[in-house]
Amino acid sequence: MSAPALEARGLTRHFGALIATDDVAFALQPGARQALIGPNGAGKTTLINLLTGVLKPTAGQVWLQGRDVTHLASSARVRMGLSRTFQINQLFPDLTPAESLALAISERDGSGADFWRVAGGGPEIVAEIESLLTLFSLESDFDRPTRKLPYGKQRLLEIALALATRPRVLLLDEPAAGVPEEERRDILAALAALPSEVAILLIEHDMDLVFNFAERISVLVAGKLLTEGEPEAIAADERVRAVYLGEDAHG
Amino acid sequence: MSASDAPATARLTAHLHRRARWRWPEIVFWLAILALIFALPSRAGIINEALIAGLFALSLDLILGLTGILSLGHAAFLGLGAYSAAILATRGFADPMLGLAFGAGIAALVGLVTAPLLLRGGDLTRLMVTLGVSLMLGELANRNGWLTGGADGLNFSIAPVLALFPIGFTGQRNAALYSFAVLFILVVIARRLACSPFGLALAAIRENRLRAGALGVGASRRIVAIYTVAAAYAGAAGALLAQTTQIVSLDLFDFHRSADVMLMLIIGGAGYLYGGLIGAAAFIVLRDVVSAATPEYWEFWIGLALVILVLAGRERIAAAPRRLIALIAPRAAPRGVA
Repeated sequence: MSAPALEARGLTRHFGALIATDDVAFALQPGARQALIGPNGAGKTTLINLLTGVLKPTAGQVWLQGRDVTHLASSARVRMGLSRTFQINQLFPDLTPAESLALAISERDGSGADFWRVAGGGPEIVAEIESLLTLFSLESDFDRPTRKLPYGKQRLLEIALALATRPRVLLLDEPAAGVPEEERRDILAALAALPSEVAILLIEHDMDLVFNFAERISVLVAGKLLTEGEPEAIAADERVRAVYLGEDAHG
Repeated sequence: MSASDAPATARLTAHLHRRARWRWPEIVFWLAILALIFALPSRAGIINEALIAGLFALSLDLILGLTGILSLGHAAFLGLGAYSAAILATRGFADPMLGLAFGAGIAALVGLVTAPLLLRGGDLTRLMVTLGVSLMLGELANRNGWLTGGADGLNFSIAPVLALFPIGFTGQRNAALYSFAVLFILVVIARRLACSPFGLALAAIRENRLRAGALGVGASRRIVAIYTVAAAYAGAAGALLAQTTQIVSLDLFDFHRSADVMLMLIIGGAGYLYGGLIGAAAFIVLRDVVSAATPEYWEFWIGLALVILVLAGRERIAAAPRRLIALIAPRAAPRGVA
C-alpha cells in the first residue's frame, strides 16, 4: 500500500492555555477528494497552518509523501508538492495576475533564483500563464494590479496561484467564501477540472459544496477529530448533527 | 484567450517584458548626464558626488524598495568599500578598477556575513541591527589606526583609470566619467536583476511574505542574496568616493550618511531603481544651493524642506515616482473588464 499523500500523527498545538489542535491523527490518500468541516473555532485553519508549516506543532508530526516534514519550512513543503489557498486572500497587491503566476511557475520549475533572464519570458511559461488565466476567467485582467481586481477575481487568482505550483496535495481553506454565486461556479468548475491524482482537502462551511465535492468527510470539533467517513454516514451521524444544530448560524 | 490566440499571447509576453524594455526617457536621462559632465566642466566635482550618492541610494533601493527591508546603517558598506579601496591604494595597488572590485568585494563579504541578522524580527529590529553594525564598524576603523589612519583618515594617490585617464583633483571630469560608467553598468545589472524571476520573488517577499512562502519562495536565502548585492553596490560607491577624492575619513561610517541616503531614496521614490539617482541629485543640488545662500544655517533649510516634503507632499511624493514609472515603463493601457 502506498503512503498517504499527507498525514498528521498526534498533531497538537497549544496557544498558551488554549489547545487549538488536540492529538489529531489524519490521513489524506493520493487522489483523495476529502472535506474538513466543523463549527467556527474548531481549529480548521490552525490545522492547515500546522500541515503547511506556517505554524510549528507543540507535539506530533506531519508526513508528506512518506517523509517526515515536521521540521521543514513551508516553502520547502511547497517544493515537495504541498500547496494551499488562504481563507483570507493572500496576494501581491502591486503585482499583476500575470506576474504573480509567472513567479509561482518560476519557483516551481526551479528557475526562481535566476537573476538574469526576464521573468515569465519563455514561451512555455507564457503558454502556462495563459491557460491558467483562461481556466480562472482572468484573461481580461491579466495586466491590472491585483489590488484593483474585484473580490471575486482576487479569489480566483488565489486558487490559480496554488494550482500554478502543480501541487500533489492541495489544501483549500474556504475557497468560495464571499464569492458571488456566478463566480462560485467558476471555482467549482476549476476544482472539478483538477487532475485526479491530486489529493485535495477542502475546508468549507457551504454544505452543498462539501457534499457535492467530497468522497470523504472529516469533522473537527474543539481541536479534536470527532469522526470521519463517507458523506452519507456523516450526514446521518447524530453527534455531527448535534454539533451543527447547536450552531444555528450554519444550518 | 487560448494558447493558439496569437495576439493575446503577444500581449501577455509584452506585458511580462514591459519592465525590461528600454524606454526613450531612460535613454534621454543617461545622455543628459553625459552631456552635463561635458557642458559643465567646472561643476564636474559636484556631478561626480551626485553620481556616487545616486549609486549609494540605488544600493539602498535594492533592499528597501525592491525587497522591503529597512536599514539605518547602510553607511557601514559605504565606509567599508571606501577604506578597502584606500588601504589597497596605500599598499601600492593603485589601479582604480582593482580597488573598486576590492571595495565592493569586502563590502559584499561583510553583507553576506551580517545578512542573517536581518531574518528575525520586524522593521524596528532591522533598523537597530543595521544601525548597530554600522556603529561597530565605525568604531573598529577608529580603534585600528595602524590600518585606517584612525581619526586622521588616509591620504593616498590613485593610478589613472585604464592607465590613461587621471582622476581626482587634477581630473575631475575624468572622475565624473569614471563614476558615470560604473553607475551605468551597475544600473543595467540592477535592471536585469529586478526583471528576473529573482527580482519578482523579491517583490513577492515585499508584498506578502506569507504568500511568497506558500508559493515556494525561500525568503531567507533571497534576502541574504539581495543584501549581499546591495552591500557590494554600496561598497562600490564607497570605493568610487575614496578614489575620486583620494581621501577617506571616519565620517564615512557616520549615522548621517545612512540617514541622508534614506532621505535621498524617499525624495526620489523607492522601488523603481531611478528614484535613488533622482533623489540624490535633488538632495545634493538643494544642499549646494542652500549652503551657498546661507553657509551657516544650511542644515536648517534642508531640514525644513524635508519636513515639508514628507508631510505636506506625501501624496505627491508617492504619486511622482509612479508618474515617472508610467513614463519610463508604461503598463499596457488600462482596459475595462470585458
